[in-house]
Amino acid sequence: MPKDFLKNIQDRYDVVVIGSGLGGLTAANILGRSGRRVLLLEQHYKLGGLATWFKRPGGHIFDISLHGFPYGMVKSCKRYWSSEIADSIVPLEGVRFDNPMFSLTTKYNREDFTALLEQRFGIEPAVIKAFFDTARGMNFYDEQETTTGQLFEKFFPGREDVVRLLMEPITYANGSTLEDPAITYGIVFSNFMSKGVYVFRGGTDHLIKLMQKELVANGVDIAINSPAEKILIENGKVVGIQVGGRTIQTPVVVSNANLRNTLFQLVGEEYLDRNFCDQAQAVRVNNSSTQVYMALGPDETVDRSTGDLLFSSTAARFQTDLLLSRDITSRTFSFYYPDMRPESKARHLIVSSTNARWEDWADLDEEAYEASKQDLVETTLDALEKYLPNCREKIVHAEAATPRTFHHYTQHFHGSSFGTKFEGLEVSRALPQQIPGLYHAGSVGIIMSGWLGTINYGVIVSNDVDNYLMSAGRSTTAASSAS
Amino acid sequence: MAPEEIREVIIEILGDIAPDEDLGSLDDAVAFREQLELDSMDFLDIVMELRKRYRVQIPEEEYGQLASMDSTVSYLTPKMAEIAK
Repeated sequence: MPKDFLKNIQDRYDVVVIGSGLGGLTAANILGRSGRRVLLLEQHYKLGGLATWFKRPGGHIFDISLHGFPYGMVKSCKRYWSSEIADSIVPLEGVRFDNPMFSLTTKYNREDFTALLEQRFGIEPAVIKAFFDTARGMNFYDEQETTTGQLFEKFFPGREDVVRLLMEPITYANGSTLEDPAITYGIVFSNFMSKGVYVFRGGTDHLIKLMQKELVANGVDIAINSPAEKILIENGKVVGIQVGGRTIQTPVVVSNANLRNTLFQLVGEEYLDRNFCDQAQAVRVNNSSTQVYMALGPDETVDRSTGDLLFSSTAARFQTDLLLSRDITSRTFSFYYPDMRPESKARHLIVSSTNARWEDWADLDEEAYEASKQDLVETTLDALEKYLPNCREKIVHAEAATPRTFHHYTQHFHGSSFGTKFEGLEVSRALPQQIPGLYHAGSVGIIMSGWLGTINYGVIVSNDVDNYLMSAGRSTTAASSAS
Repeated sequence: MAPEEIREVIIEILGDIAPDEDLGSLDDAVAFREQLELDSMDFLDIVMELRKRYRVQIPEEEYGQLASMDSTVSYLTPKMAEIAK
């Protein structure tokens, strides 16, 4: 008989969280901490969603999720998780760009970028200041008509090189393009510019281990290998969930699954009103990615001056369709030095990431798929040669992930690695009005994506949930013992 | 709770949220955001803390009432009148 992953799970909870991406983990932690009885379900065998890692023989541990987040993570981790987690966050020093228009290294903060724009790109200081102030003043509820492309055209008309410097890292961070609303760019860019780029020392495995410890301490029940099958709705309200052949009663479900999976698989169209259904159907998912993971031999090193993040491109121009094309010209290399995982015998690792389209990979037959993956590895090694000479001799392990890989591990619609486009935020926020008790805390609307965006969205949603439970007369054990 | 006590509670919560800020020189009539480094997550934390401590519920469309100390205290006074500190 297969192992029963729901063996110690109760029949009734205050909240069931579906999916343990950073948004689901954070919502579960906050609600558990405020005295709610919480069950966290994860379909995969480990927690973290896209904040994940994998091991390969030889002691290699590869991080999947993107290398670098804004300083705001320190505050969010301290407040919604623990000081131990917040204290592991360290700055990245070397962000590099190398393309036919320019090659430079930067600390990637406002001060450094202001100097660069003035000295290297010859932009007037007043224009630079006005641009930064405009981006910093943006709110997620502002107008959406202006696109990021139009924002750049207003401040830096005709300056494709400046656009490339300002846009390329953000496209890598959240999949947004020049055609998306300018606010999605301004908010994320300003978050980074406030203090630069940070990473989690110890790696994603260490982060998730600490989070799991915190969840357990806060009384959250966790079931892995347990894909939710159906969200149960009666008289228009959430009453439970079906998982592993069991029915678990709960007045609240927080879905950290992809928005489309939540609505059209777990809920079902028949429970949604027609207009809402149309609005939800029209939500575009963001693009997917390919990655190539490379490990160096035990005695091989990468010189520190190579940098931590390298935005490399051979494309003469900066265009959205070129970034998504199968004919890859732009790659972001993340260099991991052994001190990233001080506790282990870590080696030098390199991960190359590229934005990609699901359609380009979805229908390949097995043979063509394997050949395409091998081609991805080979062309990536060719591109890396410029930055790490003789890289083929130094690298002892290389393998590729494609949109199909991301789909396999996360079940995200079309392997989306950055959630949905901007319109997904409104649909996600409106869910509880459609079906009382149903909440969504996944990666939506670009601004709620990335490590910081998803954690903060988990907090926003758990606040709504706690409010709903209290209105329904369900006080927490914490509140009743305090009064 | 009297308005004075509510003010003390808010100062206490702000002290936890923004430990590096000098709250002694806070001007009650001026918006928090003009005097302190607060973002929208910080305001959400004030809302969550009030609910956790005193079971006060603040709907999202009324978050704007928390703009300054004066507006926060007058908004909370009727809601917290019956609550003991």
